Amino acid sequence: MSELRRTSLFPLYAGYPAVRCIDFGGWELPVQFHGILQEHDAVRKQAGLFDVSHMGEFWVTGQYAETFLQRMTTNDVSRLSAGQAQYTLMCYPNGGVVDDLLVYKLSQDQYLLVVNASNIDKDFAWLSENLIGDVVLENRSEQTALLALQGPMAARILARVTAEQIGKLAPFHFLHQAEVCGRKALVSRTGYTGEDGFELYLDSGDAPHVWRELLRAGEADGLIPTGLGARDTLRFEAKLPLYGQELSKDITPLEAGLGMFVKLGKDGGFIGREALERQKEEGLPRKLVGIELLDRGIPRSHYPVFADGRQIGEVTTGTQSPTLKRNLGLALLETAYAELGTEVEVEIRGKQLRAVVIKAPFYKKTQTTGEGAKP
Amino acid sequence: MSEVREHLAYSEEHEWAEAVEGQIVRIGITDYAQSLLGDIVFVEFPEPGTSVSAGESMGSIESVKTVSELYSPVTGKVLKVNGLLLDQPELVNGEPYEGGWIVEVEVEGSVEEAFGKLLSAEKYKAIIG
Repeated sequence: MSELRRTSLFPLYAGYPAVRCIDFGGWELPVQFHGILQEHDAVRKQAGLFDVSHMGEFWVTGQYAETFLQRMTTNDVSRLSAGQAQYTLMCYPNGGVVDDLLVYKLSQDQYLLVVNASNIDKDFAWLSENLIGDVVLENRSEQTALLALQGPMAARILARVTAEQIGKLAPFHFLHQAEVCGRKALVSRTGYTGEDGFELYLDSGDAPHVWRELLRAGEADGLIPTGLGARDTLRFEAKLPLYGQELSKDITPLEAGLGMFVKLGKDGGFIGREALERQKEEGLPRKLVGIELLDRGIPRSHYPVFADGRQIGEVTTGTQSPTLKRNLGLALLETAYAELGTEVEVEIRGKQLRAVVIKAPFYKKTQTTGEGAKP
Repeated sequence: MSEVREHLAYSEEHEWAEAVEGQIVRIGITDYAQSLLGDIVFVEFPEPGTSVSAGESMGSIESVKTVSELYSPVTGKVLKVNGLLLDQPELVNGEPYEGGWIVEVEVEGSVEEAFGKLLSAEKYKAIIG
């Protein structure tokens, strides 16, 4: 067993008696600080602060950076202005997913890619194999910390510790050289919770200071530290995919319902385009849908789903939705069974329990982004 | 620090058993177990009338993130289940030794004999450190 890696914030976790850390892809990370339900609720109603420093950050520099990223990713990088970010995917030639990621455009010849922690090595190798022209790829994951401040109070809290006009930052826009709590940060209006919020990229040495100052600044508004457990239930309710569950080398972005991030018609094409175009023409074999258990039970990842006496798919993620208190799942099902209202069965511990295909996302925020929600 | 009650018998799988009367034993999970599981959102009970065996699974307990087996600490027949947990599974977190009890079982043979195979509070404390 190799030693677990820790983020620069690890020493601060000891201050929380109920903190529980788990091995998350080789990292020792907090699954909860207080309790998953309380943390989930705080992000939906007030605000939560996540340490997601395990995520990977690659810098892509060079005159051909845009051309390179156009070829490597499914979304259209040419639509980005400097100061804008986009959600996108990298695919293999067969259309299966290498990873999902964010691309930040700093300038015409410099981009930041943010990738999943468990895929850092694989992604770096994949990008390196396909480098073109003068493009330089640098892995700065080790030096970079990432804090996510999420929830309806996030903008109001962040405004207290920075002079920047962060309230005016539109979703998927960012400030490159912002100052937050007296430290340099890249601040973007992005997140993985289905709420308004910000992500702060910092030098890892600065992260403990910013973490403490943010918690202090947000205390009156109910800001609490939040762990990966709540991050998972929050992203699940908002139907934001998790690589390894909703996405993998065996699942295409189209099957996962991410067609709006796949620009088949963009100039120059991209790796995987032909396969995805073919899949679109021939019709998708499977679709990612929401399901709700009608019988008593909670669907979980990899539980098989049946209909007409045979297996027609499996659950990718499932839990009892903390916001809705309903037993819900995302499931990848044969297309014939993906219509809303279709009855299926989920096998749970040897029993076939009734479930129905329902609309997902299960949760959409109602508050608008801006200066912060009214209390 | 997790609470361990003196008068109960414990299993290595973190269940407790309490002698109610005659051959009837009440069963739940320990304070230590509930704290490890975190927020409990679902309890799958055995049907009343089901035969259960010591050390074997008789149901499950689910928190937001995880599913855990519920093992029976004794051999016998399920008499009743704590129906309150259908709507308030969080009682297992809040009062693991009281309102959060899970099932009552009529043991085969005597309670003394059944408890003889389980751990005392002192031994259980030693296990959970």
